[in-house]
Amino acid sequence: MDSFFRSEEMCLVQLFFQTESAHNCINELGHLGLVQFKDLNPGTVAFQRRFVKEVKKCEEMERILRFLKNEVVKSNIHIPADFTSERIHLPRDVLDLESSFDKLEKELKEINSNRDTLRQNFTQLMEINHLLQMTDDFFEEAESQLSISELPSEDSVYSSRMTSRRTSYTSTNGPLKLGFVAGVIKHERFPAFEKILWRLFHGNFVLRHAEIKPHEEENMAEDLEKKDVFVIFVQGDQVRGKIRKLCDGFHASMYPCPNNAYARKEMRTNANTRIEDLRLVLKRTEEFRATALNAAAADLQEWTTKVKKMKAIYYTLNLCNIDITQKLIVAEIWCPVSDLNSVHTALIKGSEQSGSSLSPVVNRIQTKQTPPTFNRVNSFTSGFQSIVDAYGVGNYQEINPAPYTMVTFPFLFAVMFGDCGHGLVMTLLALWLILHQEHFRKLKNELIDMLVGGRYIIFLMGLFSIYTGLIYNDCFSKSFNLFGSSWSVRPMFHPHGPWTNETLHDSGHLHLDPLVSGVYSGNPYPFGVDPIWNIASNKLSFLNSYKMKMSVIMGVAHMLFGVTLSLVNYIFFRNLKDIALQFIPEVIFMLSLFGYLIFLILYKWCVAIKSESAPSILLLFINMILFDYGSEGAVLYTTQKPVQIFLVVVAVLMVPWLLFAKTLLLYREHKQSKLVFGISNQEASDNRKEKVSMGDIFVYQGIHTIEYCLGCISNTASYLRLWALSLAHAELSEVLWKMVLQVALRVTSGMGSVLLAVTFAVFAVLTVTILLVMEGLSAFLHALRLHWVEFQNKFYKGSGYKFTPLSFDRMRDMQ
Amino acid sequence: MAELSFVIPMSVMTLFWGVIGGVVPWFIPKGPNRGVIVTMLVLTAVCCYLFWLIAILAQLNPLFGPALKNDTIWYMYYHWP
Repeated sequence: MDSFFRSEEMCLVQLFFQTESAHNCINELGHLGLVQFKDLNPGTVAFQRRFVKEVKKCEEMERILRFLKNEVVKSNIHIPADFTSERIHLPRDVLDLESSFDKLEKELKEINSNRDTLRQNFTQLMEINHLLQMTDDFFEEAESQLSISELPSEDSVYSSRMTSRRTSYTSTNGPLKLGFVAGVIKHERFPAFEKILWRLFHGNFVLRHAEIKPHEEENMAEDLEKKDVFVIFVQGDQVRGKIRKLCDGFHASMYPCPNNAYARKEMRTNANTRIEDLRLVLKRTEEFRATALNAAAADLQEWTTKVKKMKAIYYTLNLCNIDITQKLIVAEIWCPVSDLNSVHTALIKGSEQSGSSLSPVVNRIQTKQTPPTFNRVNSFTSGFQSIVDAYGVGNYQEINPAPYTMVTFPFLFAVMFGDCGHGLVMTLLALWLILHQEHFRKLKNELIDMLVGGRYIIFLMGLFSIYTGLIYNDCFSKSFNLFGSSWSVRPMFHPHGPWTNETLHDSGHLHLDPLVSGVYSGNPYPFGVDPIWNIASNKLSFLNSYKMKMSVIMGVAHMLFGVTLSLVNYIFFRNLKDIALQFIPEVIFMLSLFGYLIFLILYKWCVAIKSESAPSILLLFINMILFDYGSEGAVLYTTQKPVQIFLVVVAVLMVPWLLFAKTLLLYREHKQSKLVFGISNQEASDNRKEKVSMGDIFVYQGIHTIEYCLGCISNTASYLRLWALSLAHAELSEVLWKMVLQVALRVTSGMGSVLLAVTFAVFAVLTVTILLVMEGLSAFLHALRLHWVEFQNKFYKGSGYKFTPLSFDRMRDMQ
Repeated sequence: MAELSFVIPMSVMTLFWGVIGGVVPWFIPKGPNRGVIVTMLVLTAVCCYLFWLIAILAQLNPLFGPALKNDTIWYMYYHWP
């Protein structure tokens, strides 16, 4: 029953098992998830450990598996989830897996490279195809143009008029040696290409280009870039060399294009047949690749878990000691005392599986080292434990604040959030998260994972917010009137009270006076804040006073609870000295000052006072500290002055008690131990050590005293954020109502219904984003800070280290 | 008699949270979670009761009354009891 209130008792255990059964035993322990292996070779570097080669092998296998997974995902093959939990595996599986992985990887790489070459060939052929088609068009166009205009600079190949000017890129005769170069270039590079050509040849060329428009069947290539076909007509041979260099620079591919139509047609038919062949081959290659990947995908998940497990086992083996005879492995583990039996059974099972004759030996040893902190959590408590651990993991067997945080954290959140409508929405959202948590976990988004991890926290926060919302009487900034208000207006009028109809006409706002009988019924509204305050224009005067006092009361109660928990810690650790030296002065200091403040608040509430003579509690408190009793009428009750003087004196006396008592007591103890041991040679060094430690203790105690006493004041004021945030939330909520929804509700024309629908959508979006998300996060953060700082610094040390057992389930969850 | 309307909610709420915090914990079955559940019940009862108590005590002896607009007063004169 103590399990969650304190971290568990741990023991250090030595394990001896045979080298052959090592794998199975560690496998069993990993499935159990209850032991943490200690590093027995802390001096050795990573690459000096014994099993470093095997770990490297496992990492290589992981790399191959990642590569395979990428390929599978790229081809859109679905990887089935792995449901089999393999419990038995052996070291020789390592070699098997390794060889099969290598083979798979080589195969896949080969397939990929083949496919890439084939694709390249395919694209080239397609380009040639297009090129031939386009140049056909160009030459026809040039021919027709030449038949219209007889410009000698234009070249034409089949012109009947220019028979003497038949040119080709091989002919050298004739005054004009015009040749042409044909190629394919990327579309976006074309303008730059054209510009440079202009600069090179000063316009002594003709350039024709057209964009390649792909047909519907050409969907073999995955990313089709836009390419242009171009034909350049130039003079001379040397320029062809320049053009070639230019095309290389622009990564344009040039193709030899014959200049007569017959050769071109032949080339085209050639290209077409080759394209068909290639298409077939590519299809076959893709099919082959798909089958290989499918076969791999079926086992991919299982292999990944296997390799991970093996790597973890080798890593753990690296932490153990190997005996001289190479037959025995020694391991030291931290293990919860209550689980020793299950560890023993797991080890026996492991050694039986490996067929070894000797069962492993379990030997518990005593140690002075600090064990790790282990808090056994279930899915409900793990969220709260993690927010406590985020600040600091508790010391070994220190009291665990998590079970108290499970209620106080949502409660303090709710005090700051305080709206039952928003609380209801939050509860429903949390219910949805809880019911569909598996579905959300599959999405593997970081934000959603955080939300799912905190689903129970959000659920409790929502529930408490509904309660505090009912007490603040605030539901989407409106109040409920369930029991009838305690204030009534009728007695204020004539003949009972001072008002007449004229007073109503004269002034816009009127105050109800509680001293007129009947206005205030004498009984407060039975559940929460009276609904009349929602429609009053001085609502904030009342609410501010109420909420501030409420925050101070809550804060002092929370801090007293924290100090009481420190008492529980002292009793557990049998530290009775500290009870007298620290706990008692702390409690008396806090109670005498802030407990008295609470008393003043409650007294002023419970006793009927005339409002003119009501003293302000803040002024009373300040005057009490300053011993200022000058002004009259500054008393709430008759014996106030002596009581207050007594309390302040007591509180001031606590400070030196806290500061000096512990130091003096320890000093006297050391002196006594020195006398007992007599004078010896070691005394000189002991003296110095003692003096140093005395100074240390004094400084530490001084810091603790200052921190506690000043902290009492500042932490109490810090709890006023409960008031501040709830005020902000209420005001934001009211603004949304007044300026968004009420505007639409007041429209009287027929279009009002449409406007209302639109405005409600805006209202809903703003409520969720501003009030739920932003205010929710803000209140969450402030409630967390109140717990971490103001509550926990009264008792929590939080400097332990967490118990991290070897657990295959946890590794799989983190994947 | 005028006090009755104060005594009734006081006793009802005290009884309610007293049952939740003081009586129900005895009926939680023994199991690994008993301690946690009992702690949660007691803390919830204490926090919620304290919160309600502060709210009702703050309104017990008001030092000033609400300030209302005159049309609100007009409406309340005729429609609120």
